Amino acid sequence: MTAPTMSKDAGERPGFASLIPALLAAALFAALSCAVPPVLGGTPLRWSYDWIPSLGIGLVFAIDGLSLIFSLLISGIGALVMLYARSYMAGHPHFARFFWFLTAFMLSMLGLVLAADLIAIFVFWELTSITSYLLIGFGHDKAEARRSALQAMLVTAAGGLALLAGFVLMGTASGSYDLTQILAGEGLQGHALYMPILVLVLLGAFTKSAQFPFHFWLPNAMSAPTPVSAYLHSATMVKAGVYLLARLHPALGDTAAWTGTLTAAGLVTAVIASIFALRQTDLKQALAYTTLMALGTITLFLAGSSPYALTAAISFLIVHSLYKAALFLVVGAIDHGTGTRDVALLGGLRRVMPVTALAAALAGASMAGLPPMIGWIGKELLYAGSATLAPSVLVMVGVLAANALMFAVAGMVALRPFWGPEGKPPHEPHEAGWQMLAGPLVLGLLGLIFGLGAGLVQPFVDAAVTGSLGQPRAAGLHLWAGINLPFFLSLATFALGTLIYLARERLRGGISATLDRLPGFDPGWDKLLDGFRAFAGWQARIIQTGRLTQYLAATFVVLALTLGGTLIVTRPVLVPDTSAPLLVWVIAGFTVAGAALALNPHSRIANIGGIGTVGIGVALIFIIFGAPDVATTQLMVETLSAVLFGIAMLRLPGIIERRTGAQQMRHAVIAGAVGLCMTLTVLAIVSHPLDRHITAYFEESSYALAHGLNIVNVILVDFRAFDTFGELTVVFLASIGAYAVLKRRAGRARK
Amino acid sequence: METVVALLSGLLTAAAVWLMLSGNLLRFLFGLLLLSNAVNLAIFAAGRLTEGAPPLLGADGALPGHEMANSLPQALLLTAIVIGFGLFAFALGLTIRAYRSFGHLEIDRMRLAEPEEGEK
Repeated sequence: MTAPTMSKDAGERPGFASLIPALLAAALFAALSCAVPPVLGGTPLRWSYDWIPSLGIGLVFAIDGLSLIFSLLISGIGALVMLYARSYMAGHPHFARFFWFLTAFMLSMLGLVLAADLIAIFVFWELTSITSYLLIGFGHDKAEARRSALQAMLVTAAGGLALLAGFVLMGTASGSYDLTQILAGEGLQGHALYMPILVLVLLGAFTKSAQFPFHFWLPNAMSAPTPVSAYLHSATMVKAGVYLLARLHPALGDTAAWTGTLTAAGLVTAVIASIFALRQTDLKQALAYTTLMALGTITLFLAGSSPYALTAAISFLIVHSLYKAALFLVVGAIDHGTGTRDVALLGGLRRVMPVTALAAALAGASMAGLPPMIGWIGKELLYAGSATLAPSVLVMVGVLAANALMFAVAGMVALRPFWGPEGKPPHEPHEAGWQMLAGPLVLGLLGLIFGLGAGLVQPFVDAAVTGSLGQPRAAGLHLWAGINLPFFLSLATFALGTLIYLARERLRGGISATLDRLPGFDPGWDKLLDGFRAFAGWQARIIQTGRLTQYLAATFVVLALTLGGTLIVTRPVLVPDTSAPLLVWVIAGFTVAGAALALNPHSRIANIGGIGTVGIGVALIFIIFGAPDVATTQLMVETLSAVLFGIAMLRLPGIIERRTGAQQMRHAVIAGAVGLCMTLTVLAIVSHPLDRHITAYFEESSYALAHGLNIVNVILVDFRAFDTFGELTVVFLASIGAYAVLKRRAGRARK
Repeated sequence: METVVALLSGLLTAAAVWLMLSGNLLRFLFGLLLLSNAVNLAIFAAGRLTEGAPPLLGADGALPGHEMANSLPQALLLTAIVIGFGLFAFALGLTIRAYRSFGHLEIDRMRLAEPEEGEK
């Protein structure tokens, strides 16, 4: 990974137009803020439009407590990130494209959290996957970016497909795709389809929120530009999975399967991610793994159903979005100002980058969970909530370990680059401009303000926990909750965290040595893709041989199998009736003899004669059974065909039977089977009573409506005149085509 | 009566499939013609066979007293025969053209668009 090559000194100043995305996000934030009083007052807003009424799918948007928190975070952080990116991406050759992608993502994400119809949620869900793909692969000239983008896309889109299946089952089980109705119902926990629904929905949510074992794509996604990492891959998109879990908690939650799966996935993700985070020396990678840890923690707490667990999940979600976006933006500013993100090369930056250092300190303190930041409150709630989860001791130990590791990583990211001796960055450090400072500073300060004034956040959490998650009450957010178990656990966190921070160099070596010996997920992913490609190549070589004869044989075999299979399954009553005039038998025999002649591999003249015989035999049958018009046409066509064949023979070589004996046997079996099926099918049809009502209509109407006495002619030129016209067009085009094919000079073809 | 035609249709189909699988473009065309006759017979028989009573109305559109042959499959057959002929004529043109270009009529050796692996 290399630092972005653009610098704000080199590029031209971005025009006013590049402010529009930031202004749009700010305007959306303002508009959503108008929804705060009614929603916090307990009245969710709703807007709906019949999208596909025939399928019962509507475009429904609703704002309740949960949507409100998410949409404010998305639009608010969006505005700050867009402003930041205006400076960070200045001079980039695809500057405008970046903002289109980012704006498209923001709108998709807002749609996702505001939609209240399962299908609409799915559509927006996929839109966020697609825009995320575009943004991760933004530096598409690098193979690594393309690979990461594809990986993220395949993992999340595969989950998205599972989610769609889950949603369709949910719609079937609850009788509606409208989320409001589904959540108002009594839940799907007792439904027969509950287990498949749960598995499919969890697959979607876990892939999107990078839960173990689908966690590997998120650290790779860090090859996106830093504003994207700050916005998509920490504050918003990866939270879509936990959003969905929280959203569907009332309908799917509170069962053994739900609790067990979420606890296991969340706990494993949180602990593994914390250990991985400590291993990183790249600041951005370290932050990426702590994002995984946070997602794991939120998933873990959504496993529970107690007010404490759910309050902890929602509060920690807000806390994490604020400090993590800020820290990513800080890392971007460091990268921009020094040209590196390697922690080993950085130090003493507080002297040249004092404002960045302040923002980093604020956000880092919140991440470390120090008082009086909101991070402290979040951590206390995590401990309080973990007491209500089962197995509580295991959860508490896991959360303690994750928090202590996060404390250490916070020190590494927010403290280490700014203090201590001067580092050796690739170029002379400089402070970032105001646009790049506004975001981290505002978000860092919010962490402090919300910490001191926890009452500001409380109503939002209340609205989400009581309104959206259906709990009787939410736990309180208090800066000082008294001397209790969480308080002691916090002290233990700080002590353990400090130890880990001080011993991090030695730990890093140990962790790396251990992890390098374990099989990685990333190589496994590559093997999976390679295997898939090999399988695709193998089956293409088997099926797509490029040999027309094999395709034809396959077609005829399938025809025989489907016809024969249908006959075997339906077992129609066949009524063979061989009573026919001798003349008919004679004509039939004569026709079969013609067909036999056509099989002769030695004489083409015999072949043409045989085919002509068949044509005339068929024409005679038409005459006997009352179809003189058809017979006339048949005779003319057969004559013309024979003439054309005769002319063609002058230019074409003789025939040689090239098939081996075994091939001939095989083909004879196929031919016999198809012929047998044909006969049996016709017999099955004629054994069935005939519905003559269309014929009766033509018989009655051809004189009354079209004044014609020859019913067949009237059908062709009157009732089905357009079909006949189309038929003429086909013949005309065929003749033009044949003419063109024969006219083109042979010299231009391949020798 | 339909049974005879059904048997005939099946036999023609079998002969047609045999010829179409032969790997020679000319014999494929023979098969195509036979197959189109076989299918036409099948459609004709499916509409039931009525001897010697073409679907013609009397003066002033009076329905004849006896049952007439089914007019619907006949109308379909007329279209099918003509379209089949168009297809055949075009395919014959292509066959002649292919022989001029490749110098042979072996279907499986015509690999201009999809060369076999290793043979570019």
